[in-house]
Amino acid sequence: MFKKVLIANRGEIAVRVIRACREMGIRSVAVYSDVDRASLHVRKADEAYHIGPATASESYLNIGKILGVAKVSGAEAIHPGYGFLSENALFAQACADAGVKFIGPPPSAMQMMGSKTRARQRMEAAGVPFVPGSLRGLEFEQTREVAEKIGYPVMLKAAAGGGGKGMRLVRDPKDLKSAFEAARSEAQRSFGDSEVYIEKYIENPRHIEVQVLADEHGNCVYMGERECSVQRRHQKVLEESPSPIVTPEMRAKMGAIAVQAAKACGYTNAGTIEFIADQQRNFYFLEMNTRLQVEHPVTELVTGHDLVHLQFRIASGERLPFTQDDIRLRGHAIECRIYAEDPDNNYFPSPGKITLLLAPSGPGIRRDSGMYEGWNVPIDYDPLLAKLIGYGATREEAISRLQRALYEYFVGGIKTNISLFRRILAHPDFRAGKLDTGFLDRMLADPQTNNVEDERHDDKVRVAAIAAGLFAVLEPTVASGNGAVTGVAKEQSKWKQAGRAEALRSL
Amino acid sequence: MTYEITIDGKNYKLDLSRIDERWECSLDGEPVQVDAVLARPNVMSVIIAGEAYEVKRERTATDTHLWVKSARFAVDVRDPRSLRSRRSKAGGVEGPQKLLAPMPGKIVRIVAPVGKEVNAGEGVLVIEAMKMQNELKSPKQGVVKQVLVTEGTSVTSGDVLAIVE
Repeated sequence: MFKKVLIANRGEIAVRVIRACREMGIRSVAVYSDVDRASLHVRKADEAYHIGPATASESYLNIGKILGVAKVSGAEAIHPGYGFLSENALFAQACADAGVKFIGPPPSAMQMMGSKTRARQRMEAAGVPFVPGSLRGLEFEQTREVAEKIGYPVMLKAAAGGGGKGMRLVRDPKDLKSAFEAARSEAQRSFGDSEVYIEKYIENPRHIEVQVLADEHGNCVYMGERECSVQRRHQKVLEESPSPIVTPEMRAKMGAIAVQAAKACGYTNAGTIEFIADQQRNFYFLEMNTRLQVEHPVTELVTGHDLVHLQFRIASGERLPFTQDDIRLRGHAIECRIYAEDPDNNYFPSPGKITLLLAPSGPGIRRDSGMYEGWNVPIDYDPLLAKLIGYGATREEAISRLQRALYEYFVGGIKTNISLFRRILAHPDFRAGKLDTGFLDRMLADPQTNNVEDERHDDKVRVAAIAAGLFAVLEPTVASGNGAVTGVAKEQSKWKQAGRAEALRSL
Repeated sequence: MTYEITIDGKNYKLDLSRIDERWECSLDGEPVQVDAVLARPNVMSVIIAGEAYEVKRERTATDTHLWVKSARFAVDVRDPRSLRSRRSKAGGVEGPQKLLAPMPGKIVRIVAPVGKEVNAGEGVLVIEAMKMQNELKSPKQGVVKQVLVTEGTSVTSGDVLAIVE
C-alpha cells in the first residue's frame, strides 16, 4: 500500500480522500491556491503545498506544479478527486511518466471514453445498447428514412454539439424538414460544422448510472445503480440508490452491460456507466465517467464498501477483495448537494463568509463537507459546499431522516439551496418515485409547491418578534441594525448567561 | 423594557421584563410566557407557551435577519426611549437608482454603457462568480448615468456598480 498520497483537488472531495488516507495509515498531501490557504482540506492534511493563484489553470489544473509537489513531498500516488484533472488523460500519462501512480483508470481508457465517436464504436462492438438512431450526420432524405424506421418523436443533434445548441425535437413528420434545416444552420453557426444526426427521443427520461470497480487482474464488478434524474440545467442536484424504478432483473442486466463496457475499454479502478432509461425500463448507454463521482456516498451506504479505500487498493495492485456474488444492497440512501446559491433569487451564486454553521448529525446521516464556521467561500470555484446524505432501511426512512437533518442544517452569512431540498423531499411525485429529468423544472415552475414551508407562519412571526427583543436585551451591543438599544445590558448577569449557555450545550 | 419591532415591514410592540429566571413578555398587549437562553452567539433557544424554538440570527452591515424553523424574517428593533431615529430604508423608483453588486464577483461584461437607455429589468452588467455568469438588471426605466466598474473589476457584495437615472 502507498505510504503517501497527493490529493490534486480541493473542497469536500479533498477532505473525503484525506479521511480515507488517515483511515488506511497513508500520509496525505494537500495542494492549495492563494484563496484556499484556510480551506478545510489544507487543515486536515498531513502536508500542504501552495501551488499558485486562484485561477485553476495556474493551480489545480497545472500539471507541472502538481507533479512538482509530488516530487518534493515524495508522494507515490495522486488521487485526482472529481473535476479538475480527474478525467485528463494527459495528466494520467504525465503521472505515469513521472513514476507516480495515478489513482484512476489508464490513460488509454480515459481517451477512448472521452471521445464520443470512439466510445460509441467500441461500445457497440461490445453489445452495449444505444438510443436508436444514426451514428453520424445524414442528408435530409436519409434522416427522414431513419425517422420513419425508429418512429417519432425524434431528436436532431449537432454532431459537434453540446449544451443544447443545434438540437431540435420533432414530434410530427411534417415538421422534420424545417427542423432539420434549422438544426444544421445553428450547428454551423455554433460549431462551424453543420453535420446533424438523429436519435429516438426518449419521453420523460430517467438518468440512471451504474458504479463499476475493476482491478488490474481482470476482475470487474458492479455496485448497484444510482438514480440521478433530479437535475437543474442538466446538473445533478439529488441522487439516490437504489433507483425507485430499477427491478432486480433490470439491475442485473444493466450491471452486466456496465461490466462489459468497462472491460471493452480496458478499464481499471472506479468508474460509472451512465444510462438514459425510459419509464418502461428500457435503457441505453450515454457515456462513461472515468472518475470517482460526487454521488459516490449513496453507493457506499447501500453496499457497505468504502470506494476510496478500494480505489487505493486497486491502484496499489491489490485484487478486488470480493466477487459480484458478495455484493448485497441493503437499505436506501439519498444525497443532497448543498450549493452556495440563492434559490429565492434565480439561484445566484452566494460566496462570502460563513458566519454561523449548525451541522446536522444523528441516526442515518452522513455529511461530506468542505466548509466550517468562519470560512470565506471563494468566488473562484464551483459552488458545491457539502453533501448531506440520508440513509434508512427503506426509502421512506431515508427521506424522513434527510428531511429532519435538513431542518437541523443552518448555514448563515451566505445563501444555500437547503430549502430547495425540503421542497423536493416533500413533493408527492418525488415521494412516489415518479421521476424524470424534467421533474425539478416542473416543480420549480409550480407555485403550489412553493408554499410548503409557510405552515403556521403567524406563529413564526410571533416567535421572531419576541426573539428579536430578547436578542436586544441579551446581546445589546449587537442587537440590531440601528444600534438603538442601550442601557439594558445589566438585566442579566453575564456569568448567569454563560452558565445557562454551557448547560444547554452539554445537553 | 418596551421595544418597537419591525418584521418584514410590519410593526409590533413588545414589552419585556425579567422576573427571577423567567421573562414576562407581552406582544401587542397579549401576555406570553417565555423562557430563553443564548445557546451561543446568534443562536437562541426559546420556549414560548411550551413550544420550543431555536432562533438563529444573521447580521450584515445593513440588516438583521432572524430564522425561525425554515422561515427568514428581516428584523429591526427600536427602543422608543432612544433619541436616534430609525434609518429610512425605503427606496422608491424616483430619481437616480444605484445598481449594487448582489455578491462578490468579477465584472465580465458591460451590457449597457453610459448614455444607454434601459427599461426596468433590462441587463446592465454581467457579473461572474463560482463559474456562473449572471446579468444584473436595471431597477428602473431610464438612462445609464454612470458605470463605476470596468470589465475585469473584482467587486464585493453591496458595491455600487452603476447608476441609472
